[in-house]
Amino acid sequence: MAMITADPKDVPQVAHFSFTPEYMAKVEEQIAHYPPGRQASAVIAVLDLAQRQHGWLPRAAMNEVARILDMAPIRVYEVATFYTMFQLRPKGKYLLQVCTTTPCWLRGSDAVMKACQHAADGELFSVQEVECLGGCVNAPVVQINDDFYEDLDEASMNKVLDAFRRGETPKPGPQVDRQTSAPEGGLTTLKGE
Amino acid sequence: MPKVKIDGVELEVPAGITVLQACELAGLEIPRFCYHDRLSIAGNCRMCLVEVKPGPPKPQASCALPVADKQEIFTQTPTVQKARKGVMEFLLINHPLDCPICDQGGECDLQDQAMAYGFDRSRYHENKRAVPDKELGPLVKTSMNRCIHCTRCIRFATEVAGVEQLGATGRGESMEVTTYVEQALATELSGNLVDLCPVGALTSKPYAFEARSWELTKTESVDVLDALGSNIRIDTRGAQVMRVLPRLNDDVNEEWISDKTRHAIDGLRHQRLDRPYVRKGNKLVEATWDEAFGAIAAKLNGMEGSKIAAIAGDQCDAESMIALKDLLTALGSPNIDCRQDGAKLDGPRGSYIFNPGVRGIDQADAILLVGTNPRAESPVLNARIRKRYVHGNVAIASIGPAEDLTYPVVRLGAGPATLRDLVDGKLDFAQKLQGAKHPLIIVGMGALSREDGAAVLAMARELAEKLNAVREDWNGFAVLHTAAARVGGLDLGLVPGEGGRDVAGILEGCQKKEIEAVFLLAADEIDTTKLGKAFVIYQGHHGDAGAHRADVILPGAAYTEKPGIYVNTEGRVQVGRRAGYPPGDAREDWAILRALSERLGKTLPYDTLHQVRSRLVAVNKVFAAIDQQAPAAWGPFGKAGATTDVPFKSAVANFYMTCPISRASKIMADCMASRSHLMAAE
Ligand code: SF4
Ligand code: FES
Ligand code: FES
Repeated sequence: MAMITADPKDVPQVAHFSFTPEYMAKVEEQIAHYPPGRQASAVIAVLDLAQRQHGWLPRAAMNEVARILDMAPIRVYEVATFYTMFQLRPKGKYLLQVCTTTPCWLRGSDAVMKACQHAADGELFSVQEVECLGGCVNAPVVQINDDFYEDLDEASMNKVLDAFRRGETPKPGPQVDRQTSAPEGGLTTLKGE
Repeated sequence: MPKVKIDGVELEVPAGITVLQACELAGLEIPRFCYHDRLSIAGNCRMCLVEVKPGPPKPQASCALPVADKQEIFTQTPTVQKARKGVMEFLLINHPLDCPICDQGGECDLQDQAMAYGFDRSRYHENKRAVPDKELGPLVKTSMNRCIHCTRCIRFATEVAGVEQLGATGRGESMEVTTYVEQALATELSGNLVDLCPVGALTSKPYAFEARSWELTKTESVDVLDALGSNIRIDTRGAQVMRVLPRLNDDVNEEWISDKTRHAIDGLRHQRLDRPYVRKGNKLVEATWDEAFGAIAAKLNGMEGSKIAAIAGDQCDAESMIALKDLLTALGSPNIDCRQDGAKLDGPRGSYIFNPGVRGIDQADAILLVGTNPRAESPVLNARIRKRYVHGNVAIASIGPAEDLTYPVVRLGAGPATLRDLVDGKLDFAQKLQGAKHPLIIVGMGALSREDGAAVLAMARELAEKLNAVREDWNGFAVLHTAAARVGGLDLGLVPGEGGRDVAGILEGCQKKEIEAVFLLAADEIDTTKLGKAFVIYQGHHGDAGAHRADVILPGAAYTEKPGIYVNTEGRVQVGRRAGYPPGDAREDWAILRALSERLGKTLPYDTLHQVRSRLVAVNKVFAAIDQQAPAAWGPFGKAGATTDVPFKSAVANFYMTCPISRASKIMADCMASRSHLMAAE
């Protein structure tokens, strides 16, 4: 039976969270996008900033966001638990979000997933199965932190992971020879004048 | 007004209402789960689907659709029926269908509507989801598998109770109604969640597995645990009060009641006085009525009237109070008082009632609280002020205790000096009040039951008159009482007569031996240690402070056990009905006094309840107008004079324990513990 747990009790709680001055400046900039008194509208952006600063969202961070935006904490918990982009548990340095929706699955996401699961150690890499990332034309797709890695198979996936292990940042986008979603190996049509 | 056609019948309906409300006006019942008259519209359960022309060719949620002129509404078409059946099937997919072990059984909206729209077997072969139960404090039991996500509880907590603690986390199949961080709800209105929940997800913890709704006898009555006089329904099984539920009355409590009103009833089972007692030496020993009356007669016969005194308690019915007063008059004593807290109130009726009525709060555009914490003194009335705040465009300020009232309040100051400044127009808020069309000044017992209470009262009157708050079409002077019996007592003149003593005078007299006999009619809120050597007769229902000090105890009836008239803080005369009989030898209170009077040779001139009630009307004709609130007489009152700079305190320090019943209640003790736990955690 599927058990639903919005408040994972096994998650380590963090006693204190506050924004660094750099992040605080960004928070203020986000709040300034909205008319006075409507600061709560910035909640998603501010939660994202908190997550970027801390790596994931401990409850202390959500409470701090609630305080800054003058919202009831529960309203912030609602938002943070609604969007899968918010991580409520500690994550590895690189979060591998593997798309397994039909197009990616048909194009071999199972093998990609296998490679990712193999790499996941919770420190450097964490894996998450996600639904369509909107890059089906380059299936299979894996989102690693803010970037999409596309047209993967097991081998190219491992190559990407190895690069991360070495501390490099492999080039995002298609991992085969094509430019974005243009044909592999160069143009096939519209070649003439 | 838009004209609509509902199932072929033409109807003119008020503009701005929803299709669901229009259907109701047409006498049709639209099934619903999430829609509730007193909450914002969520439109998320989809049970209320109807077809509307003109409109898209699909069923629409009637609760969230405004009516428009020339609209045609169909509530019974095959499409509608089929759509509702579909919604019901989806709702039941994850519902555990555990009605036989569910407390909501028999009064469950889901059960009822499944009878009409449910399918007789399930087509869903997957596992149902399992949702962990939540801990919401000592009153609300949760069984979250049953939740259908109507969000009524969330909206109630946020909008009415003003505690933003409940929410819906996660989404889709993972959605959960929760506080996220486990905690009891910090509200005095949590019991209402149980009424609101259309299924058995939120049920009453104290009432868990106690009874089925169809085995209960239902009696419509009024509450006496605070001065609002909430309309209630008392459900009994045999002699036992099983639960108390609110009754709809838009003039008083809408459809809410406080947790004390609802859950202090276990106190009715504990520490009851069920037979007369007479003190022999140091001990109270059981006695018969005859012995008890004999002991009183032996003491009182021949005693000078001026040496006898009586104090009426905070939950007395009008019938017993008039009998007490008539008896004292017959005994030649002017020493009678119903103001245990020493409130300096005895002027014209307008000086001691909540003149604008509870409904007046909806109209007020500037509200001043003087020496009151309405959240503790009457949570339901406080929710009404909050409702006014949510509506917008109102300025609220307070002089007195700084408490979280669930809406923002500007705190002007702590004591009488600030009130003086306000009268003199010195504070900014004075302009706000001055500019208001319907200024409302709520004066609490915290401001009036002090040495300088009369001077404070005079100042409040001065302010009201200066603001022109007392006029033909509006009286914004409002006294918020804490005692259910108080207005009735004042209406019947239970204040010292010529040369008589008030409560303080009586206690002083006891110590100086000038008062030799004191009759306490369920009066427990006085300092009984000051009764000195006086002979104390206690008539009441609980073994509380008064009974402990008594020389003779006459067992009376609690409010659920007798028919009785109570006048609420607005001056509304309401009738309470008997839901069961008092325990043991205990009797209805006016009848005890009537019997005693005969024994004392001063027989009171009434033998039936009807005759007592005629007597009430003869004393004060307000008692003839049941359930009404009428404009009250105004005139000079209060006594201008010096005030101290002692800050105002709320008259209710602890909401959960204010009377013998709530003090005897274990559930109220649990609530208190849970609340202080919550405070400590903050
Ligand atoms: S707990 Fe009850 S009131 Fe709250 S959302 Fe669920 S079904 Fe509705
Ligand atoms: S299915 Fe994988 S990106 Fe759309
Ligand atoms: S009652 Fe209309 S959608 Fe729930």
